[in-house]
Amino acid sequence: MASHSESLALREQFDTEAQQKEASTLGMWIFLITEVMFFGGMFLAYTVYRSWYPHVFAVASSSLNVYIGAANTVVLLCSSFTMVMAVRAAQLGKRNAIIWFLILTLVLGGVFLGVKAYEWNEKFVEHHVPGAGFHFEGVPQQGPAQIFFSLYFAMTGLHAMHMVVGVGLLIFLIVETRKGKYSASYMTPVDLIGLYWHFVDIIWIFLFPLLYLIDRHLKT
Amino acid sequence: MSEHTEHQVDSALTYVLVFLGLIALTVITTAVAFVDLGPFSVVAALAIATCKMLLVALFFMHVRHSTRLTRLVMAGGLLWLAILIFLTLGDFMTRGVVGIPGR
Repeated sequence: MASHSESLALREQFDTEAQQKEASTLGMWIFLITEVMFFGGMFLAYTVYRSWYPHVFAVASSSLNVYIGAANTVVLLCSSFTMVMAVRAAQLGKRNAIIWFLILTLVLGGVFLGVKAYEWNEKFVEHHVPGAGFHFEGVPQQGPAQIFFSLYFAMTGLHAMHMVVGVGLLIFLIVETRKGKYSASYMTPVDLIGLYWHFVDIIWIFLFPLLYLIDRHLKT
Repeated sequence: MSEHTEHQVDSALTYVLVFLGLIALTVITTAVAFVDLGPFSVVAALAIATCKMLLVALFFMHVRHSTRLTRLVMAGGLLWLAILIFLTLGDFMTRGVVGIPGR
């Protein structure tokens, strides 16, 4: 990221501000595409193992708390909404509104991570963490059950790591906005970090049904 | 606003409606998971997730205002993801379907 003292200036390689903004947006999307491929590999591993062990995956999935998962999805969607409102405030050049919406986003992101930590802790208590102490009551096949929980931890863990990075980026944005770096004519970092935050939300939109909602009716 | 760009600012109402749509879809996908749809459970879950993804991408990520070049890059990325998924599944799903000569 360039030094912000000159952020309003048009860099010499661009003809117009609009072109400069477009180049930044395109760069961000290319980064997000690499992230899609990164997560794509894990979704693929999940798909292959689920097709091999559909029953084990259904039973193991049903041991996750669906209500906590759904509530956390709502929390994350709320944070995406406050994020887009922060970007909108930036487009309109309303500095105070940007700061408040970013703080709300940060708080909601923190709540999501807190709930996630609680869920992971439950898994440790229940011995559902893959490794020497692993024991899953639902099915006799402990190996495939460990695969499900390995994927659960890898995927939610990688997602949570992205959230932690996002939280850091939000703090950076709040500090910079307070210093008055962004206005209606220059708000590219707010816009791009917004894209990142929504991307992380989209990953969760797929993780939630795939990890929590497999064949729920079997259990009830 | 200055003349620098056709920076469309969506109304707050648009975002509120999209947000309410996302919450409604979350409730629906959770409820549908408890209904026995057989093999269509996965289809329903992924169809709803795709709708939510489209809502977030089109409205919150401003894809509907983005340039053709940016859209082309996104389409290219999704194409590579499709190649990754379909070729790998094409391998795993057909193992044992075709016999291996000499074995």
